[in-house]
Amino acid sequence: MDSPRTAVSNPPVQPMESNLTQRDLVRRSATSELPPPDRQLTPVAKLIDVSKCIGCKACQSACIEWNDTFPDIEENVGVYTNPHDLTENMFTLMRFTEWVNPETDNLEWLIRKDGCMHCADPGCLKACPSPGAIVQYSNGIVDFIHENCIGCGYCVKGCPFNIPRISKVDHRAYKCTLCSDRVAMGQGPACAKACPTQAIVFGTKDDMKKHADERIADLKSRGYANAGLYDPPGVGGTHVMYVLHHNDKPHIYADLPDDPKISAVIEVWKGVTKYTGLAAMGLAAAGAILHGLFGKANRVEPEDEVSAEKLVEEAEDLREGA
Amino acid sequence: MPRSNDVQPEDTIHRGPPVTVGRYGPGKRLNHWITASCLILLLLSGLSMFHPSLFFLTDLFGGGQNTRMLHPWIGVVLFLSFFIFFAQLWRANLPNRTDAQWVSQIGDVVNGHEERLPEIGKYNAGQKFIFWGMAFFIIVLIVSGIIIWEQYFGEATPIDVRRIAVLTHSVSAVLIILLFILHVYAAIWTRGTLRAMTRGSVTGGWAWRHHRKWLKELAGRGRIDPAE
Ligand code: HEM
Ligand code: SF4
Ligand code: SF4
Ligand code: SF4
Repeated sequence: MDSPRTAVSNPPVQPMESNLTQRDLVRRSATSELPPPDRQLTPVAKLIDVSKCIGCKACQSACIEWNDTFPDIEENVGVYTNPHDLTENMFTLMRFTEWVNPETDNLEWLIRKDGCMHCADPGCLKACPSPGAIVQYSNGIVDFIHENCIGCGYCVKGCPFNIPRISKVDHRAYKCTLCSDRVAMGQGPACAKACPTQAIVFGTKDDMKKHADERIADLKSRGYANAGLYDPPGVGGTHVMYVLHHNDKPHIYADLPDDPKISAVIEVWKGVTKYTGLAAMGLAAAGAILHGLFGKANRVEPEDEVSAEKLVEEAEDLREGA
Repeated sequence: MPRSNDVQPEDTIHRGPPVTVGRYGPGKRLNHWITASCLILLLLSGLSMFHPSLFFLTDLFGGGQNTRMLHPWIGVVLFLSFFIFFAQLWRANLPNRTDAQWVSQIGDVVNGHEERLPEIGKYNAGQKFIFWGMAFFIIVLIVSGIIIWEQYFGEATPIDVRRIAVLTHSVSAVLIILLFILHVYAAIWTRGTLRAMTRGSVTGGWAWRHHRKWLKELAGRGRIDPAE
Protein backbone atom coordinates (compact mmCIF):
# COMPACT_ATOMS: atom_id res chain seq x y z
CA MET A 1 0.00 0.00 0.00
CA ASP A 2 1.20 3.50 -0.80
CA SER A 3 1.01 6.66 1.32
CA PRO A 4 -2.43 7.83 2.52
CA ARG A 5 -3.90 10.75 0.56
CA THR A 6 -5.77 12.53 3.34
CA ALA A 7 -6.21 12.71 7.09
CA VAL A 8 -9.95 13.17 6.92
CA SER A 9 -11.25 9.78 5.88
CA ASN A 10 -11.36 6.94 8.31
CA PRO A 11 -8.84 4.15 7.91
CA PRO A 12 -9.54 0.83 6.25
CA VAL A 13 -10.87 -1.69 8.77
CA GLN A 14 -9.45 -4.85 7.27
CA PRO A 15 -6.05 -6.00 8.61
CA MET A 16 -3.14 -4.63 6.61
CA GLU A 17 0.62 -4.60 6.49
CA SER A 18 2.69 -1.60 7.50
CA ASN A 19 3.81 0.46 4.54
CA LEU A 20 6.84 1.85 6.36
CA THR A 21 9.45 -0.88 6.62
CA GLN A 22 13.21 -1.21 6.57
CA ARG A 23 12.92 -1.50 2.78
CA ASP A 24 11.53 2.02 2.60
CA LEU A 25 14.51 3.78 4.16
CA VAL A 26 16.31 6.30 1.99
CA ARG A 27 18.61 7.50 4.79
CA ARG A 28 19.74 5.94 8.05
CA SER A 29 21.95 7.79 10.55
CA ALA A 30 25.62 6.76 10.77
CA THR A 31 25.12 4.21 8.01
CA SER A 32 27.05 4.60 4.77
CA GLU A 33 25.97 1.57 2.78
CA LEU A 34 22.21 1.53 2.88
CA PRO A 35 20.70 -0.67 0.17
CA PRO A 36 18.49 1.42 -2.12
CA PRO A 37 14.78 1.02 -1.33
CA ASP A 38 13.00 -1.36 -3.67
CA ARG A 39 10.05 0.95 -4.13
CA GLN A 40 9.38 4.67 -3.99
CA LEU A 41 6.46 5.75 -1.83
CA THR A 42 4.60 8.87 -2.83
CA PRO A 43 6.02 11.80 -0.84
CA VAL A 44 3.57 13.10 1.74
CA ALA A 45 3.29 16.46 3.44
CA LYS A 46 1.41 18.24 6.15
CA LEU A 47 0.30 21.74 5.22
CA ILE A 48 -0.35 24.20 8.04
CA ASP A 49 -2.27 27.29 7.03
CA VAL A 50 -1.54 29.78 9.79
CA SER A 51 -4.27 32.11 8.48
CA LYS A 52 -6.92 29.53 9.30
CA CYS A 53 -5.71 28.58 12.77
CA ILE A 54 -7.86 29.68 15.69
CA GLY A 55 -5.42 28.56 18.37
CA CYS A 56 -7.72 25.98 19.93
CA LYS A 57 -4.88 23.48 20.46
CA ALA A 58 -6.98 20.51 19.49
CA CYS A 59 -3.91 19.45 17.51
CA GLN A 60 -1.74 19.54 20.63
CA SER A 61 -4.27 17.48 22.53
CA ALA A 62 -4.58 14.97 19.72
CA CYS A 63 -0.80 14.68 19.61
CA ILE A 64 -0.58 14.04 23.35
CA GLU A 65 -3.36 11.51 23.14
CA TRP A 66 -2.09 9.58 20.14
CA ASN A 67 1.52 9.50 21.30
CA ASP A 68 0.49 8.82 24.90
CA THR A 69 2.78 11.49 26.34
CA PHE A 70 2.34 13.33 29.63
CA PRO A 71 3.52 16.94 29.43
CA ASP A 72 4.02 18.56 32.83
CA ILE A 73 1.23 20.76 34.12
CA GLU A 74 2.81 24.20 34.19
CA GLU A 75 1.98 27.57 35.66
CA ASN A 76 0.14 30.20 33.62
CA VAL A 77 2.61 33.00 33.01
CA GLY A 78 0.19 35.17 31.03
CA VAL A 79 0.75 33.82 27.54
CA TYR A 80 -1.26 31.32 25.55
CA THR A 81 1.77 29.26 24.58
CA ASN A 82 1.52 26.19 26.77
CA PRO A 83 3.68 24.35 27.76
CA HIS A 84 6.45 26.95 27.61
CA ASP A 85 8.38 25.10 24.90
CA LEU A 86 8.55 21.87 22.93
CA THR A 87 9.54 19.08 25.28
CA GLU A 88 10.18 15.37 25.09
CA ASN A 89 6.49 15.02 25.98
CA MET A 90 5.14 17.77 23.72
CA PHE A 91 6.01 17.20 20.07
CA THR A 92 4.01 20.12 18.73
CA LEU A 93 3.36 23.54 20.20
CA MET A 94 1.16 26.47 19.24
CA ARG A 95 3.37 29.55 19.45
CA PHE A 96 1.47 32.81 19.86
CA THR A 97 2.95 36.14 18.76
CA GLU A 98 1.42 39.59 19.05
CA TRP A 99 2.72 41.51 16.07
CA VAL A 100 1.95 45.08 15.07
CA ASN A 101 1.91 45.36 11.30
CA PRO A 102 3.88 48.57 10.58
CA GLU A 103 1.94 49.12 7.34
CA THR A 104 -1.54 49.04 8.83
CA ASP A 105 -0.74 49.64 12.50
CA ASN A 106 -3.02 46.69 13.22
CA LEU A 107 -2.25 44.19 15.92
CA GLU A 108 -2.05 40.77 14.32
CA TRP A 109 -2.21 37.68 16.45
CA LEU A 110 0.07 35.17 14.79
CA ILE A 111 -0.28 31.54 15.75
CA ARG A 112 2.20 29.02 14.43
CA LYS A 113 2.11 25.31 15.04
CA ASP A 114 5.78 24.49 15.81
CA GLY A 115 7.24 21.02 15.45
CA CYS A 116 9.51 18.93 13.27
CA MET A 117 9.49 20.08 9.63
CA HIS A 118 10.56 16.70 8.22
CA CYS A 119 13.33 18.23 6.16
CA ALA A 120 14.32 16.60 2.88
CA ASP A 121 17.92 17.19 4.00
CA PRO A 122 17.66 16.60 7.76
CA GLY A 123 20.42 18.11 9.89
CA CYS A 124 19.46 15.91 12.82
CA LEU A 125 20.17 12.78 10.83
CA LYS A 126 23.42 14.17 9.49
CA ALA A 127 24.67 14.87 13.02
CA CYS A 128 23.58 11.61 14.66
CA PRO A 129 26.47 9.26 15.55
CA SER A 130 24.38 6.20 16.32
CA PRO A 131 23.54 3.80 13.48
CA GLY A 132 19.81 3.74 12.82
CA ALA A 133 18.75 6.16 15.56
CA ILE A 134 17.32 8.49 12.91
CA VAL A 135 15.83 7.29 9.63
CA GLN A 136 14.18 8.87 6.63
CA TYR A 137 11.54 7.00 4.62
CA SER A 138 10.99 7.39 0.90
CA ASN A 139 7.70 9.21 1.61
CA GLY A 140 9.73 11.96 3.33
CA ILE A 141 9.07 11.19 7.00
CA VAL A 142 12.08 11.63 9.31
CA ASP A 143 11.71 9.38 12.33
CA PHE A 144 13.65 8.77 15.55
CA ILE A 145 14.13 5.10 16.42
CA HIS A 146 14.44 5.30 20.18
CA GLU A 147 16.01 1.93 20.86
CA ASN A 148 19.06 2.98 18.82
CA CYS A 149 19.40 6.42 20.41
CA ILE A 150 22.31 7.01 22.80
CA GLY A 151 21.15 10.41 24.07
CA CYS A 152 24.16 12.43 22.97
CA GLY A 153 22.14 15.44 21.79
CA TYR A 154 23.99 15.81 18.49
CA CYS A 155 20.64 15.91 16.63
CA VAL A 156 19.76 19.04 18.62
CA LYS A 157 22.89 20.73 17.26
CA GLY A 158 22.23 19.51 13.73
CA CYS A 159 18.61 20.70 13.51
CA PRO A 160 18.11 24.16 11.98
CA PHE A 161 14.65 24.44 13.58
CA ASN A 162 15.51 23.65 17.23
CA ILE A 163 13.19 20.65 17.40
CA PRO A 164 14.60 17.51 19.09
CA ARG A 165 14.42 17.26 22.86
CA ILE A 166 16.34 14.74 25.00
CA SER A 167 14.38 13.11 27.79
CA LYS A 168 15.92 13.44 31.24
CA VAL A 169 14.21 10.17 32.16
CA ASP A 170 15.31 7.70 29.49
CA HIS A 171 17.99 9.87 27.79
CA ARG A 172 16.55 9.48 24.32
CA ALA A 173 15.60 12.05 21.69
CA TYR A 174 11.95 12.84 20.93
CA LYS A 175 10.12 14.88 18.31
CA CYS A 176 7.08 14.80 16.02
CA THR A 177 7.01 11.59 13.99
CA LEU A 178 4.50 12.93 11.44
CA CYS A 179 2.49 10.08 12.97
CA SER A 180 4.63 7.60 11.06
CA ASP A 181 2.80 4.80 12.86
CA ARG A 182 -0.56 6.09 11.57
CA VAL A 183 0.71 6.87 8.09
CA ALA A 184 2.13 3.34 7.90
CA MET A 185 -1.46 2.12 8.35
CA GLY A 186 -3.07 4.44 5.85
CA GLN A 187 -4.12 7.17 8.27
CA GLY A 188 -3.19 10.82 8.36
CA PRO A 189 -1.54 12.47 11.38
CA ALA A 190 -3.60 12.87 14.55
CA CYS A 191 -3.25 16.68 14.59
CA ALA A 192 -4.57 17.01 11.05
CA LYS A 193 -7.45 14.74 11.85
CA ALA A 194 -8.36 16.74 14.95
CA CYS A 195 -8.09 20.27 13.53
CA PRO A 196 -11.61 21.79 13.49
CA THR A 197 -10.83 24.47 10.89
CA GLN A 198 -8.77 22.37 8.51
CA ALA A 199 -5.83 24.68 9.13
CA ILE A 200 -3.83 21.44 9.11
CA VAL A 201 -4.29 19.27 6.07
CA PHE A 202 -2.38 16.20 5.00
CA GLY A 203 -1.82 14.41 1.71
CA THR A 204 0.74 13.92 -1.02
CA LYS A 205 3.27 16.70 -1.24
CA ASP A 206 2.07 17.58 -4.76
CA ASP A 207 -1.54 17.83 -3.64
CA MET A 208 -0.57 19.95 -0.67
CA LYS A 209 1.31 22.37 -2.91
CA LYS A 210 -1.73 22.66 -5.16
CA HIS A 211 -3.96 23.24 -2.17
CA ALA A 212 -1.51 25.87 -0.92
CA ASP A 213 -1.69 27.68 -4.26
CA GLU A 214 -5.44 28.03 -3.88
CA ARG A 215 -5.10 29.28 -0.34
CA ILE A 216 -2.40 31.78 -1.35
CA ALA A 217 -4.51 33.09 -4.23
CA ASP A 218 -7.38 33.58 -1.79
CA LEU A 219 -5.16 35.41 0.73
CA LYS A 220 -3.74 37.65 -1.97
CA SER A 221 -7.23 38.53 -3.14
CA ARG A 222 -7.93 39.62 0.43
CA GLY A 223 -4.99 42.00 0.59
CA TYR A 224 -2.12 39.79 1.81
CA ALA A 225 0.18 40.61 -1.07
CA ASN A 226 3.09 38.65 0.40
CA ALA A 227 1.18 35.48 1.19
CA GLY A 228 3.14 32.42 0.17
CA LEU A 229 4.24 28.85 0.79
CA TYR A 230 7.01 28.09 3.28
CA ASP A 231 8.87 25.08 1.85
CA PRO A 232 12.46 26.23 2.48
CA PRO A 233 14.90 25.19 -0.26
CA GLY A 234 17.91 25.52 2.09
CA VAL A 235 16.99 22.16 3.64
CA GLY A 236 15.83 20.68 0.34
CA GLY A 237 12.19 21.51 1.07
CA THR A 238 10.18 20.14 3.95
CA HIS A 239 7.37 17.65 4.44
CA VAL A 240 5.66 20.00 6.85
CA MET A 241 4.89 23.26 5.07
CA TYR A 242 3.23 26.49 6.09
CA VAL A 243 0.97 28.89 4.28
CA LEU A 244 2.08 32.23 5.71
CA HIS A 245 0.21 35.49 5.12
CA HIS A 246 3.54 37.31 5.47
CA ASN A 247 5.84 34.88 3.68
CA ASP A 248 8.37 37.68 3.08
CA LYS A 249 9.25 37.65 6.80
CA PRO A 250 8.86 34.18 8.33
CA HIS A 251 10.75 35.31 11.46
CA ILE A 252 7.72 37.24 12.76
CA TYR A 253 6.06 33.88 13.40
CA ALA A 254 7.88 33.16 16.68
CA ASP A 255 11.32 33.13 15.05
CA LEU A 256 10.62 30.78 12.18
CA PRO A 257 13.97 30.88 10.30
CA ASP A 258 13.88 33.00 7.14
CA ASP A 259 16.35 30.82 5.27
CA PRO A 260 17.04 27.66 7.28
CA LYS A 261 19.95 25.46 6.38
CA ILE A 262 22.24 23.08 8.19
CA SER A 263 24.82 25.20 10.03
CA ALA A 264 28.22 25.51 8.31
CA VAL A 265 29.83 24.52 11.63
CA ILE A 266 27.91 21.23 11.55
CA GLU A 267 28.93 20.63 7.92
CA VAL A 268 32.60 21.13 8.81
CA TRP A 269 32.30 18.95 11.91
CA LYS A 270 30.58 16.11 10.09
CA GLY A 271 32.60 16.52 6.88
CA VAL A 272 36.22 17.51 6.61
CA THR A 273 36.95 17.00 10.33
CA LYS A 274 36.05 13.34 10.11
CA TYR A 275 38.02 12.51 6.95
CA THR A 276 41.16 14.41 7.84
CA GLY A 277 40.89 13.37 11.48
CA LEU A 278 40.66 9.66 10.72
CA ALA A 279 43.40 9.91 8.10
CA ALA A 280 45.77 11.81 10.43
CA MET A 281 45.22 9.45 13.38
CA GLY A 282 45.50 6.38 11.16
CA LEU A 283 48.70 7.53 9.50
CA ALA A 284 50.30 8.58 12.78
CA ALA A 285 49.47 5.26 14.45
CA ALA A 286 50.63 3.20 11.45
CA GLY A 287 53.79 5.29 11.06
CA ALA A 288 54.67 4.94 14.74
CA ILE A 289 54.13 1.17 14.70
CA LEU A 290 56.12 0.65 11.47
CA HIS A 291 58.99 2.85 12.58
CA GLY A 292 58.94 1.20 15.98
CA LEU A 293 59.26 -2.24 14.39
CA PHE A 294 61.74 -1.48 11.63
CA GLY A 295 63.47 1.76 12.60
CA LYS A 296 66.60 2.06 14.70
CA ALA A 297 65.86 2.64 18.36
CA ASN A 298 67.75 5.13 20.50
CA ARG A 299 69.64 2.87 22.89
CA VAL A 300 71.84 3.66 25.87
CA GLU A 301 75.42 2.48 25.13
CA PRO A 302 77.69 0.76 27.65
CA GLU A 303 79.99 3.83 27.51
CA ASP A 304 77.11 5.93 28.78
CA GLU A 305 76.84 3.74 31.85
CA VAL A 306 80.58 3.93 32.42
CA SER A 307 80.54 7.72 32.10
CA ALA A 308 77.68 7.96 34.57
CA GLU A 309 79.54 5.79 37.06
CA LYS A 310 82.66 7.92 36.72
CA LEU A 311 80.64 11.08 37.22
CA VAL A 312 79.10 9.75 40.41
CA GLU A 313 82.45 8.57 41.77
CA GLU A 314 84.09 11.91 41.08
CA ALA A 315 81.26 13.72 42.76
CA GLU A 316 81.57 11.49 45.80
CA ASP A 317 85.34 11.96 45.96
CA LEU A 318 84.90 15.69 45.73
CA ARG A 319 82.51 15.68 48.65
CA GLU A 320 84.67 13.41 50.76
CA GLY A 321 87.69 15.61 50.01
CA ALA A 322 85.80 18.70 51.06
CA MET B 1 73.46 28.48 43.28
CA PRO B 2 69.81 29.39 42.71
CA ARG B 3 67.25 26.73 43.31
CA SER B 4 66.94 24.84 40.04
CA ASN B 5 63.59 24.01 38.53
CA ASP B 6 64.95 20.70 37.39
CA VAL B 7 65.57 18.95 40.69
CA GLN B 8 62.56 17.48 42.39
CA PRO B 9 62.38 15.90 45.82
CA GLU B 10 62.56 12.29 44.64
CA ASP B 11 65.37 12.88 42.12
CA THR B 12 68.27 10.97 43.67
CA ILE B 13 71.28 9.06 42.41
CA HIS B 14 71.58 5.51 43.73
CA ARG B 15 75.25 4.46 43.63
CA GLY B 16 74.78 0.87 42.62
CA PRO B 17 76.62 -0.51 40.78
CA PRO B 18 74.97 -0.13 38.39
CA VAL B 19 74.14 3.50 39.03
CA THR B 20 70.42 4.28 38.82
CA VAL B 21 68.64 7.62 39.18
CA GLY B 22 65.27 8.11 40.83
CA ARG B 23 62.99 10.17 38.54
CA TYR B 24 59.41 9.73 39.77
CA GLY B 25 58.10 8.82 43.22
CA PRO B 26 55.22 6.37 43.69
CA GLY B 27 52.57 9.13 43.92
CA LYS B 28 53.54 10.65 40.60
CA ARG B 29 53.69 7.27 38.93
CA LEU B 30 50.26 6.26 40.19
CA ASN B 31 48.83 9.54 39.03
CA HIS B 32 50.49 9.24 35.66
CA TRP B 33 48.87 5.86 35.09
CA ILE B 34 45.47 7.14 36.21
CA THR B 35 45.81 9.95 33.66
CA ALA B 36 46.98 7.54 30.98
CA SER B 37 44.14 5.07 31.60
CA CYS B 38 41.60 7.87 31.46
CA LEU B 39 43.06 9.15 28.23
CA ILE B 40 42.88 5.71 26.64
CA LEU B 41 39.30 5.17 27.82
CA LEU B 42 38.34 8.64 26.56
CA LEU B 43 39.98 7.96 23.25
CA LEU B 44 38.08 4.69 22.81
CA SER B 45 34.71 6.00 24.00
CA GLY B 46 35.07 9.31 22.15
CA LEU B 47 36.12 7.74 18.89
CA SER B 48 33.10 5.44 19.00
CA MET B 49 30.95 8.55 18.61
CA PHE B 50 33.40 10.23 16.24
CA HIS B 51 32.79 8.02 13.21
CA PRO B 52 30.26 5.29 12.38
CA SER B 53 33.05 2.88 11.45
CA LEU B 54 34.20 3.03 15.08
CA PHE B 55 30.76 2.80 16.70
CA PHE B 56 31.48 -0.84 17.59
CA LEU B 57 33.81 0.47 20.31
CA THR B 58 30.69 1.29 22.35
CA ASP B 59 30.50 -2.47 23.07
CA LEU B 60 33.57 -2.05 25.29
CA PHE B 61 31.57 0.21 27.58
CA GLY B 62 28.32 -1.75 27.58
CA GLY B 63 26.51 -0.07 24.68
CA GLY B 64 25.94 3.39 23.29
CA GLN B 65 23.93 4.80 26.20
CA ASN B 66 26.61 3.79 28.72
CA THR B 67 29.40 5.11 26.53
CA ARG B 68 27.65 8.47 26.22
CA MET B 69 27.08 8.56 29.97
CA LEU B 70 30.59 7.46 31.05
CA HIS B 71 32.77 9.46 28.66
CA PRO B 72 32.33 12.90 30.29
CA TRP B 73 32.86 11.51 33.80
CA ILE B 74 36.12 9.88 32.75
CA GLY B 75 37.00 13.29 31.33
CA VAL B 76 36.48 14.88 34.73
CA VAL B 77 38.79 12.31 36.36
CA LEU B 78 41.39 12.92 33.65
CA PHE B 79 41.22 16.64 34.20
CA LEU B 80 41.73 16.33 37.97
CA SER B 81 44.54 13.80 37.81
CA PHE B 82 46.36 15.62 35.02
CA PHE B 83 46.29 18.92 36.82
CA ILE B 84 47.67 17.46 40.02
CA PHE B 85 50.50 16.15 37.85
CA PHE B 86 50.73 19.53 36.15
CA ALA B 87 51.14 21.38 39.45
CA GLN B 88 54.07 19.14 40.34
CA LEU B 89 55.89 19.30 37.02
CA TRP B 90 55.28 22.66 35.40
CA ARG B 91 58.40 24.37 36.76
CA ALA B 92 60.68 21.73 35.32
CA ASN B 93 58.92 22.20 31.99
CA LEU B 94 59.48 25.93 31.64
CA PRO B 95 61.18 26.61 28.31
CA ASN B 96 64.78 27.86 28.23
CA ARG B 97 67.45 28.73 25.68
CA THR B 98 68.66 25.15 25.29
CA ASP B 99 65.21 24.23 23.99
CA ALA B 100 65.58 26.49 20.96
CA GLN B 101 68.92 24.87 20.23
CA TRP B 102 67.36 21.40 20.58
CA VAL B 103 64.57 22.27 18.17
CA SER B 104 66.98 23.72 15.62
CA GLN B 105 68.92 20.44 15.72
CA ILE B 106 65.85 18.20 15.52
CA GLY B 107 67.59 16.21 12.73
CA ASP B 108 70.32 15.17 15.16
CA VAL B 109 67.70 14.21 17.73
CA VAL B 110 65.86 11.95 15.31
CA ASN B 111 69.07 10.37 14.06
CA GLY B 112 70.28 9.66 17.59
CA HIS B 113 73.28 12.03 17.50
CA GLU B 114 72.77 13.33 20.97
CA GLU B 115 76.48 13.98 21.40
CA ARG B 116 76.04 16.95 19.03
CA LEU B 117 73.36 18.53 21.22
CA PRO B 118 73.83 20.75 24.26
CA GLU B 119 73.43 19.05 27.65
CA ILE B 120 69.77 18.76 28.63
CA GLY B 121 68.09 19.24 32.00
CA LYS B 122 65.30 17.05 33.36
CA TYR B 123 63.17 17.56 30.24
CA ASN B 124 64.06 18.22 26.62
CA ALA B 125 62.08 20.50 24.32
CA GLY B 126 60.12 17.59 22.87
CA GLN B 127 58.98 16.46 26.30
CA LYS B 128 58.07 20.03 27.20
CA PHE B 129 56.09 20.37 23.99
CA ILE B 130 54.06 17.29 24.87
CA PHE B 131 53.56 18.51 28.43
CA TRP B 132 52.20 21.92 27.44
CA GLY B 133 50.27 20.50 24.51
CA MET B 134 48.50 18.03 26.78
CA ALA B 135 47.74 20.76 29.31
CA PHE B 136 46.32 23.02 26.59
CA PHE B 137 44.14 20.40 24.93
CA ILE B 138 42.85 18.98 28.20
CA ILE B 139 41.61 22.45 29.14
CA VAL B 140 40.01 22.91 25.71
CA LEU B 141 38.46 19.45 25.93
CA ILE B 142 37.02 19.88 29.40
CA VAL B 143 35.53 23.27 28.57
CA SER B 144 34.04 22.18 25.23
CA GLY B 145 33.10 18.80 26.70
CA ILE B 146 31.09 20.36 29.51
CA ILE B 147 29.29 22.64 27.06
CA ILE B 148 28.13 19.63 25.03
CA TRP B 149 27.36 17.48 28.10
CA GLU B 150 23.69 17.00 27.22
CA GLN B 151 22.65 15.37 30.47
CA TYR B 152 23.53 18.31 32.72
CA PHE B 153 24.38 21.27 30.53
CA GLY B 154 22.23 20.61 27.45
CA GLU B 155 20.40 23.91 27.55
CA ALA B 156 22.95 25.97 29.49
CA THR B 157 24.49 27.66 26.46
CA PRO B 158 23.02 29.00 23.18
CA ILE B 159 22.90 26.63 20.23
CA ASP B 160 25.66 28.44 18.30
CA VAL B 161 28.01 27.98 21.23
CA ARG B 162 27.15 24.30 21.45
CA ARG B 163 27.78 23.82 17.74
CA ILE B 164 31.20 25.46 17.96
CA ALA B 165 31.97 23.47 21.10
CA VAL B 166 31.21 20.13 19.46
CA LEU B 167 33.45 21.02 16.51
CA THR B 168 36.20 22.25 18.84
CA HIS B 169 35.93 19.09 20.95
CA SER B 170 36.17 16.90 17.87
CA VAL B 171 39.21 18.70 16.43
CA SER B 172 41.01 18.91 19.79
CA ALA B 173 40.37 15.21 20.37
CA VAL B 174 42.12 14.40 17.10
CA LEU B 175 45.04 16.64 18.03
CA ILE B 176 45.45 15.27 21.55
CA ILE B 177 45.37 11.74 20.14
CA LEU B 178 48.18 12.67 17.74
CA LEU B 179 50.10 14.09 20.69
CA PHE B 180 49.43 10.92 22.65
CA ILE B 181 50.78 8.75 19.82
CA LEU B 182 53.91 10.92 19.69
CA HIS B 183 54.32 10.66 23.47
CA VAL B 184 54.02 6.86 23.57
CA TYR B 185 56.23 6.50 20.52
CA ALA B 186 58.97 8.68 21.98
CA ALA B 187 58.88 6.83 25.29
CA ILE B 188 59.36 3.50 23.51
CA TRP B 189 61.85 4.66 20.86
CA THR B 190 64.10 6.12 23.56
CA ARG B 191 64.89 2.76 25.13
CA GLY B 192 65.11 2.68 28.90
CA THR B 193 62.51 5.43 29.37
CA LEU B 194 59.49 3.37 30.33
CA ARG B 195 61.07 2.19 33.58
CA ALA B 196 60.98 5.80 34.78
CA MET B 197 57.21 5.43 34.99
CA THR B 198 57.11 1.78 36.05
CA ARG B 199 59.97 1.41 38.55
CA GLY B 200 60.43 5.13 39.05
CA SER B 201 64.12 5.14 38.15
CA VAL B 202 66.36 5.16 35.09
CA THR B 203 69.89 3.87 34.60
CA GLY B 204 72.80 6.22 35.08
CA GLY B 205 73.71 5.74 31.44
CA TRP B 206 70.23 6.83 30.34
CA ALA B 207 70.50 9.99 32.40
CA TRP B 208 74.02 10.64 31.11
CA ARG B 209 72.97 10.15 27.49
CA HIS B 210 69.69 12.08 27.47
CA HIS B 211 69.63 14.43 30.46
CA ARG B 212 73.26 15.03 31.36
CA LYS B 213 72.73 18.50 32.80
CA TRP B 214 70.16 17.08 35.20
CA LEU B 215 72.45 14.20 36.20
CA LYS B 216 75.38 16.56 36.75
CA GLU B 217 73.23 18.84 38.81
CA LEU B 218 72.13 15.96 41.03
CA ALA B 219 75.72 14.80 41.43
CA GLY B 220 76.96 18.32 42.07
CA ARG B 221 74.39 18.83 44.81
CA GLY B 222 75.30 15.54 46.42
CA ARG B 223 71.86 14.10 45.82
CA ILE B 224 73.44 10.68 46.11
CA ASP B 225 72.23 7.86 48.31
CA PRO B 226 74.71 6.97 51.03
CA ALA B 227 76.69 3.91 50.05
CA GLU B 228 75.29 0.71 51.46
C1 HEM C 1 38.34 16.46 29.60
C2 HEM C 1 37.07 16.22 29.76
C3 HEM C 1 36.14 15.73 28.68
C4 HEM C 1 34.79 15.89 28.72
C5 HEM C 1 34.00 16.57 29.84
C6 HEM C 1 34.27 15.32 27.51
C7 HEM C 1 32.93 15.32 27.15
C8 HEM C 1 32.41 14.87 25.96
C9 HEM C 1 31.03 14.85 25.62
C10 HEM C 1 29.90 15.36 26.52
C11 HEM C 1 30.91 14.31 24.38
C12 HEM C 1 29.61 14.06 23.64
C13 HEM C 1 29.22 12.63 23.83
C14 HEM C 1 28.78 12.35 25.26
O1 HEM C 1 27.83 13.00 25.74
O2 HEM C 1 29.40 11.48 25.88
C15 HEM C 1 32.23 14.01 23.91
C16 HEM C 1 32.56 13.50 22.66
C17 HEM C 1 33.84 13.16 22.27
N1 HEM C 1 35.00 13.22 23.05
FE1 HEM C 1 35.11 14.01 24.88
N2 HEM C 1 35.29 14.80 26.77
C18 HEM C 1 36.47 15.03 27.45
C19 HEM C 1 37.73 14.64 27.06
C20 HEM C 1 38.04 13.99 25.89
C21 HEM C 1 39.37 13.54 25.51
C22 HEM C 1 40.64 13.68 26.33
C23 HEM C 1 39.25 12.96 24.28
C24 HEM C 1 40.31 12.33 23.41
C25 HEM C 1 41.18 11.47 23.81
C26 HEM C 1 37.86 13.07 23.88
C27 HEM C 1 37.35 12.62 22.69
C28 HEM C 1 36.05 12.76 22.28
C29 HEM C 1 35.59 12.44 20.96
C30 HEM C 1 36.44 11.90 19.80
C31 HEM C 1 34.23 12.69 20.95
C32 HEM C 1 33.29 12.52 19.76
C33 HEM C 1 33.28 13.84 19.01
C34 HEM C 1 32.50 13.72 17.73
O3 HEM C 1 31.47 13.03 17.73
O4 HEM C 1 32.92 14.32 16.74
N3 HEM C 1 37.15 13.70 24.89
N4 HEM C 1 33.14 14.35 24.90
S1 SF4 D 1 20.43 11.97 20.85
FE1 SF4 D 1 19.85 10.04 19.82
S2 SF4 D 1 18.87 10.64 17.92
FE2 SF4 D 1 19.93 12.47 18.71
S3 SF4 D 1 21.93 12.40 17.68
FE3 SF4 D 1 22.22 11.33 19.64
S4 SF4 D 1 21.83 9.17 19.16
FE4 SF4 D 1 21.02 10.35 17.42
S1 SF4 E 1 13.16 19.91 11.59
FE1 SF4 E 1 14.97 19.28 12.72
S2 SF4 E 1 14.38 17.38 13.69
FE2 SF4 E 1 12.91 17.74 12.03
S3 SF4 E 1 13.79 16.67 10.24
FE3 SF4 E 1 14.49 18.80 10.14
S4 SF4 E 1 16.48 18.68 11.16
FE4 SF4 E 1 15.39 16.84 11.77
S1 SF4 F 1 -6.20 22.17 15.90
FE1 SF4 F 1 -6.08 23.46 14.05
S2 SF4 F 1 -7.06 25.37 14.65
FE2 SF4 F 1 -6.68 24.27 16.54
S3 SF4 F 1 -4.66 25.05 17.21
FE3 SF4 F 1 -4.24 23.23 16.00
S4 SF4 F 1 -3.90 24.00 13.93
FE4 SF4 F 1 -4.90 25.65 15.06
